Amino acid sequence: MAEDADHFAIAGRRLASRLLLGTSRYPSPAALADCVARAGPGLLTVSVRRSAGGGNAFYELLKEAGPPLVPNTAGCRTVAEACRTASMARELLGTNWVKLELIGDDETQAPDPFALVEAAEQLLREDYVVLAYCTEDLALCTRLAPIGSGQGLNHPERLALLRQRLAGSVLVVDAGIGRPSDAAAAMELGYDAVLLNTAVALAREPAPMAAAFRAAVDAGRTAYRAGIMPRHDMAQPSTLAPDIPVERYHPHKETQTQ
Amino acid sequence: MSAAAAITVRLNGEEREVAADSSAAQAVDAWRRDPAAPYAVSVNGEHVPRPRLAARALRPGDEIEVWTLRQGG
Repeated sequence: MAEDADHFAIAGRRLASRLLLGTSRYPSPAALADCVARAGPGLLTVSVRRSAGGGNAFYELLKEAGPPLVPNTAGCRTVAEACRTASMARELLGTNWVKLELIGDDETQAPDPFALVEAAEQLLREDYVVLAYCTEDLALCTRLAPIGSGQGLNHPERLALLRQRLAGSVLVVDAGIGRPSDAAAAMELGYDAVLLNTAVALAREPAPMAAAFRAAVDAGRTAYRAGIMPRHDMAQPSTLAPDIPVERYHPHKETQTQ
Repeated sequence: MSAAAAITVRLNGEEREVAADSSAAQAVDAWRRDPAAPYAVSVNGEHVPRPRLAARALRPGDEIEVWTLRQGG
């Protein structure tokens, strides 16, 4: 296993980490900066919104933090709205990357898959790198490949199927991750990265939680690459009793005879 | 000052009076307090890239939005 060769890239750009972090809902700008330092994220997501006139401090803080900034289209409900937001974000941040969100239902924030595909196609024609925020529907994700993101781990079997069917695509699990074990589980399924926000920002102590998620993403990824043992229906002792021949634990292994 | 009458536009949701021959660039520059902050502008719901703001003449009732970076997930 070539651990040192496990690079992660989206659209040909190498990212420093498989943990991606949102910038919303932290108790303070200083807390956000601490979390970025502890998480070491591959990128930071931001939004673009009406300005209050001044306020360059947030931008300076993020620039200082270091990871690339990726704008989202949070709150957009139509294709036109999302494409305009992406265009303004592109000028604002000087990036053609966009996390495309198109909300179909206010109560659940569930994405509108039809508008999402239409907007993604339009943005791809305009040379954007589109990270589409979608559900784990196989046909939908196939349309949105190479890059998609799922909603948490509510349906791990669907996520596993998606990973299997879209083996060559970059797949990120986003939203619905509450604890580090969720992040590790997503990575164990072979997902390329995890995008988090609230689980860190709303922790009692966000910075240590950021560190915990970093460790969990690393653990899950390493486990996936190491090859997780298949599930067994019957228990097998992991310690060999001295009076039982080794062959009895490994009946498939040929006994060495001389 | 020319004799051009003032017109009323809306900038980030607030009514503002500007000279009738104002460009979008003039209205936006007069409003922004921090020149270093990144921004992008739309007029009547359409993104107008910064290099084109000076050529965009304002008309009564125009809705100008100045956007910047915010927290997001």
